Amino acid sequence: MKEILWLGRGGQGAFTAAKLFGAAYISDAQSQYALAFPSFGPERRGAPVRAFTKLDTKPVLDRSQTEQADFIVILDDTLYAPELQNLLKPDGRIIINSKAPIPDTFTFDGEAVAAEFHLPTVNTVMLGIVSALSGYITEAQAEAAISGYMPEKIQARNIGAVKLAREAVQQ
Amino acid sequence: MSKRFLSGNEAFAEGIRLAKPDVISAYPITPQTIVVERLSEMVEDGSLRSEFIHVESEHSALSCAIGASAAGARAFTATSSQGLLYMAECLYYASGGRFPIVMMNADRSTALPWNIYGDQRDSLSQLDSGWIQVYAENAQEALDLALMSWKIAEDKRVSTPVMVNLDGFVLTHTYETVEIPEQAQADRFLPPYVTENRIDFADPKNLAFSAGPDTNYIFKYKAHTGMLAAKQVVSETESAFAELFGRQYSGLLDSYRTEDADYILVTLGSIAGLCREAADRLREQGIRAGVVRIRYMRPFPNDEIAAALKHAKAFGVLEKDISFGNEGTVYTNVNSALQKAGVQLPGYDFIGGLGGRNISAGDIAQIFADIQSGTEHVTFIGIGGDGNGKSNG
Repeated sequence: MKEILWLGRGGQGAFTAAKLFGAAYISDAQSQYALAFPSFGPERRGAPVRAFTKLDTKPVLDRSQTEQADFIVILDDTLYAPELQNLLKPDGRIIINSKAPIPDTFTFDGEAVAAEFHLPTVNTVMLGIVSALSGYITEAQAEAAISGYMPEKIQARNIGAVKLAREAVQQ
Repeated sequence: MSKRFLSGNEAFAEGIRLAKPDVISAYPITPQTIVVERLSEMVEDGSLRSEFIHVESEHSALSCAIGASAAGARAFTATSSQGLLYMAECLYYASGGRFPIVMMNADRSTALPWNIYGDQRDSLSQLDSGWIQVYAENAQEALDLALMSWKIAEDKRVSTPVMVNLDGFVLTHTYETVEIPEQAQADRFLPPYVTENRIDFADPKNLAFSAGPDTNYIFKYKAHTGMLAAKQVVSETESAFAELFGRQYSGLLDSYRTEDADYILVTLGSIAGLCREAADRLREQGIRAGVVRIRYMRPFPNDEIAAALKHAKAFGVLEKDISFGNEGTVYTNVNSALQKAGVQLPGYDFIGGLGGRNISAGDIAQIFADIQSGTEHVTFIGIGGDGNGKSNG
């Protein structure tokens, strides 16, 4: 099973990204299963939020919060703490939306891409980054998820952001 | 049939859309709210032609469903936690009147201390209300139960309302892969509701009446036998469902690797998957472990539980419930099933997940270890035994 832990602040769309990633994963293959859920509770703008995506080739039975992630994706770099390395599998990686490098992590300036597409948040940009680094989903699958689960008027801009993010990583 | 990535609440709402209720009475409460929100959107966009009635409380929500059902309508409502308790009076009117209402309950903690997270103390406190009670494990089962429940409730041998329980958040708010059946197939499975138990000016009759000591007990007896008849109807309904939709359910309970199991954990709801994974890991170490997931708490699977446990060395019950001063209600029911069947083996009750507390894989591994070594009758996960006696079997 592959597990992604998403960290963001209320309003940044961390759970939307977690959900889209799961929807992308199941979008074309016959025997793929995914689970996505937020850290449960009252929702407050700006408060730290966790979200989880689990991917497998058989039904995902473990509904508990991820304790060992393959990827931790952080939408706001003020949420990073070195202790998060303890929540990674041995070969796991932390990906952070940040303008400055952070030791032992992969950083990417998601805001620059988001601004290009007039997006108020970096969630789909970071989805593009983790999709390229992990290889868990293809660009077409990410596009299918956005088309299937986001409001129509923001689909094109989010698809554009995913593509540009993926290109940036692949270079 | 289409494959979608939906939460338990959304999947359940899709199942209700396929069942085409005539009337939906709605009062929102976390973590049920998304069900009635989605249904209101479906009514608004015309994909569901139901009378959607906003009410001012849960007591009114169920009263409204009872009134609709008495007019011959297929009626749906949904609730959770304090909302279920607030409508408790009406639960008995619905079941006593033999109105085949379907209600979704998002299992949630009960106050005080106030808490919005999931446990099963709300629905389990209403086992005696005369409603069929079923517990879903995942979003697909939730959707499928939304369809099957009507068929069971409306069967003339049963004529009893059904409460479909989804664990709050862990199931209601978790997104997963769900197959949505085609409407045409759903229509074949579940035709429109037709009943004689309704207000009809052409054929006047008395509904929801009083009955004195001379006849009252007969109605209670018939409510009881109607509920018992649901055992057969559940089985028939699941066969018909499997034939049309290709998914076969397992009746009142779901047994996993119990045939040769020495140690069996009995549970219900969405935690069962993690329990099965724990059993698999123990089997890799040569320990024969199994899991029983109770699907229906009413009617209760007495015979099936005794059959599943009778060759085991010991069992445990994991439940998100405690009846203060005694033990968890599921444990009481399981012990009664064993006693009636003359099955004797040590059994232990594990209380977990109260107020939404996470139950981890490590917790379940510890439970299986405790079942093997023996422990107190009642253990609160993360705290310890209640000090009220060690079980020697």
